[in-house]
Amino acid sequence: MSVQPAAGSTTRRRRVRPRPSESHANTFSGGFVAKLIVMAAVNALGVYVILAAWAEESYGILAVMVALLVAANVVYFSRRMLPMKYLLPGLAFLLVYQVFVIGYTGWVAFTNYGDGHNSTKADAVEALLVQNERRVEGSAAYPLVVLGDGDELAFGIVNANGDVRVGRAETPLETVEDATVADGAVTEVPGYDTLSRQDILARQAEITALRVPVSDDPEDGSIRTTDARNGYVYISTLAYDEAAGTMTDTQTGTVYEPDDNGQFVSADGQTLPVGWRVNVGFENFATAFGDARYSTPFLKVLVWTIAFAFLSVATTFFLGLFLAMVFNDERVKGRKIYRTLLILPYAFPGFLSALLWSGLLNRRFGFVNQVLLGGAEIPWLTDEWLAKLSVLGVNLWLGFPYMFLIATGALQSIPKDVMEAATIDGAGRVRTWWSVTMPLLMVSTAPLLISSFAFNFNNFNLIYMLTGGGPRMEDASVPIGHTDILISMVYSISGLDGTAAKNYGLASALSIVIFIIVATISVISFRKTRSLEEIN
Amino acid sequence: MRRSITLAAAVGMTMALAACGGGGDATDDETTAAPAAEETTEAGTEAAGDGGTLTVWVDETRQAAVETAAAAFEEETGTAVETVLKNFEDIRADFNAQVPTGEGPDITVGAHDWLGELTANGVVAPIELGDKAAEFETVAVEAFTQDGQVYGLPYAVENIGLIRNTALAPEAPATWDDAIAAGEAAGTEYPILIQMGEEGDPYTMYPMQTSFGAPVFVQNEDGSYSPELALGGEAGNAFATWLAEQGAAGNLDTAVTYDIAVEAFANGQSPFIIGGPWMIASFEGLDLAVDPIPSAGGEPAQPFAGVQGFYVNAQSENAILANDFLVNYMATEDAQLALYEAGDRPPALTAAADTAAADPVTDGFRTVGADAVPMPSIPEMGSVWAFWGVTEAGIVNGSLEPVAAWEKMVSDIQGALDAAA
Repeated sequence: MSVQPAAGSTTRRRRVRPRPSESHANTFSGGFVAKLIVMAAVNALGVYVILAAWAEESYGILAVMVALLVAANVVYFSRRMLPMKYLLPGLAFLLVYQVFVIGYTGWVAFTNYGDGHNSTKADAVEALLVQNERRVEGSAAYPLVVLGDGDELAFGIVNANGDVRVGRAETPLETVEDATVADGAVTEVPGYDTLSRQDILARQAEITALRVPVSDDPEDGSIRTTDARNGYVYISTLAYDEAAGTMTDTQTGTVYEPDDNGQFVSADGQTLPVGWRVNVGFENFATAFGDARYSTPFLKVLVWTIAFAFLSVATTFFLGLFLAMVFNDERVKGRKIYRTLLILPYAFPGFLSALLWSGLLNRRFGFVNQVLLGGAEIPWLTDEWLAKLSVLGVNLWLGFPYMFLIATGALQSIPKDVMEAATIDGAGRVRTWWSVTMPLLMVSTAPLLISSFAFNFNNFNLIYMLTGGGPRMEDASVPIGHTDILISMVYSISGLDGTAAKNYGLASALSIVIFIIVATISVISFRKTRSLEEIN
Repeated sequence: MRRSITLAAAVGMTMALAACGGGGDATDDETTAAPAAEETTEAGTEAAGDGGTLTVWVDETRQAAVETAAAAFEEETGTAVETVLKNFEDIRADFNAQVPTGEGPDITVGAHDWLGELTANGVVAPIELGDKAAEFETVAVEAFTQDGQVYGLPYAVENIGLIRNTALAPEAPATWDDAIAAGEAAGTEYPILIQMGEEGDPYTMYPMQTSFGAPVFVQNEDGSYSPELALGGEAGNAFATWLAEQGAAGNLDTAVTYDIAVEAFANGQSPFIIGGPWMIASFEGLDLAVDPIPSAGGEPAQPFAGVQGFYVNAQSENAILANDFLVNYMATEDAQLALYEAGDRPPALTAAADTAAADPVTDGFRTVGADAVPMPSIPEMGSVWAFWGVTEAGIVNGSLEPVAAWEKMVSDIQGALDAAA
């Protein structure tokens, strides 16, 4: 550092220790007004979300939002929390987009959330009751009006004889003599209001829930309506006992008890079709490793995933580095044009390129076989090893521009004098490259290589769009292919691709396993790269 | 330097985490889909007060048709019908995920074979068609029926048939061998076109399979399916052997995908293609006839019938509006014809189907559809596809030994069914 000129020393001292009251954001200056406006907007948005969450009864979101909003106001209107003023936006996004997602995935991993266990017990009970309420076979359709008597609702129907019959939830249908009928439907019943369409729409839930008994005998069923125009007679075959929490089949008398797996089960092991989400502990993890159908191919997939991620990083890095060194040489003419052209694959969306490549590599009609190789039917994507080669090749094509960019930047940032010093010390080109350039390069690129490894470990787009995981492992008893990496295997065996019953619990459990693997590899690698820092 | 590495570490971990988060699709879907759904309900409550608002999920081809049908409903009842455009492939998963959270539409368009999954998840409500049920084609209502309850309003029946280029083959072939002979006589590049792809296409191959007497599941007396596999045994093995023979002879080819098959047929490279009404738009200028699919194994070749329809959300707060709209408006001839114009599938309402049958191609598909079997909608059907197509493809391209591969496939499917149970 150069010596401070004497003339500037007084102004400098003032800048170093500003009195807090002089901060732009705390005086009534332009800065404070700007802060007020921004905070007003933030508060308005926050209050809106809180009110919306209240209306939707999403109390979790509500609590988090209140906490965030209070924190934001405390931090930005307090004079003490300078670091937090910079950190808070990032922390808020971290909470919403990372912590929540991870927490939710973790929670799902311990439940049996999936097909057949899709919702809460209350929803499952409702669905079972609705599904098991049958229209009495051969019964007539009755033109129906919805009537109101104060808060209570009633149905008015016209039966086959032209009689008007009115009933409520507690009082069965009875004939009313002096009702008005027009076009075969009731229009007015003395003592009741006929509900207008607006009234009906406002009370839809009540109307669809209303069951008017046909007679005192429950065996005769009850009238209900789904469109407020027609009524039909229904009989329920299932009844829910709220106190005991059990379902009873009203025809056979079988009692179904809720079990630990989120299903109603009868004494002889029969289950009702609709279940609900429950906590199943480590069952999903046990399935992932304990079920022989998964655990046998799992190892193969794991090995390929690591090989794929490692080879992808290695091939792209070395090609990128090679090209970067070539185009870093000032003797190459037209470097800018070449560099621009090299970036092109990086500029295309990855999943689109993969899809295009899958067409180009088609065994019979693909450009590569038909045009470049003169009609040779090479099974690029359908042979086990060629498919792996193709995946790596396409990923090389997609990935080297990124490495090229990084390597170019890193090469240009290596000071020239270090190289000169090496030359003066008598090092040859290879020696300079190996002992000076490469280590300096690795210092700045190693962390990016590790993150690139983590990215490729979960490079779902490429696998899914290029091979779909295929060709299928013929000895596996689950739909897993030779190019499937862990994440695409999770996608297919948990049914997310639609080829099996969905099991979000299993998918989440497997995602967590993958996360642990990637995190472990990353942590170990980062520890190793610390040794590189000694060079600086 | 140290700081930059910790920073990069944070970036790396973030990427890894983000990628992992992506694996738990459920969470992703909910966080991204929730705001969109919120907006629609928001719009709904604003417009309510007069006739209320119905939200309907539709895909691109059906949007205009549903809106046309909705116009009459809106005019008469004052209800605003809002269509939300969704990718058809996303609808099933999003519907399953959003209904329990209270989001989701009041009505969604869908296919009948989703029914088993939707009822097992308790996300659809039954619809009472009343006497209207008799006005529909039998297979359409049957397809949406489970345990005696109807769960959707059908609007179109679709099935594949043998599409024939009459310039190249004047006569409809009676059997598979006739078709191959006619195709060879026509001197075209392919005797017959069947889309397969490297993953196979069991849907398109199904009529050939049934002609050997090997349906996928045992069918009950009333047309519904039991979860008992029927595609194995002698009949299944005979079909597998036939697949291998046809593959070796070059009549079936896994390199032929949908796009390739359609393009080749449009170029006159084959007199026959087995496909559905959705292909017809690509064949403009050709003189076409639609015939029953020729039998390969001696028994009738029965394709799957797929029925398209509308489902009502089990948690809908507008249940009355939704049922009123479907039963009293979408079940009319005008609405069903509008959907027919949009999608070219024969309507499910008999009166509308009769009108649409004035077109000989539609009539042809309808005739073939009379012998079709509904695609099983039991949840077990979901476990079948992944094994089925790949095995067929492997047998056709000669990499699998037919009978052994077919038997392994049957036991793998049984394993998947047992694991899911």
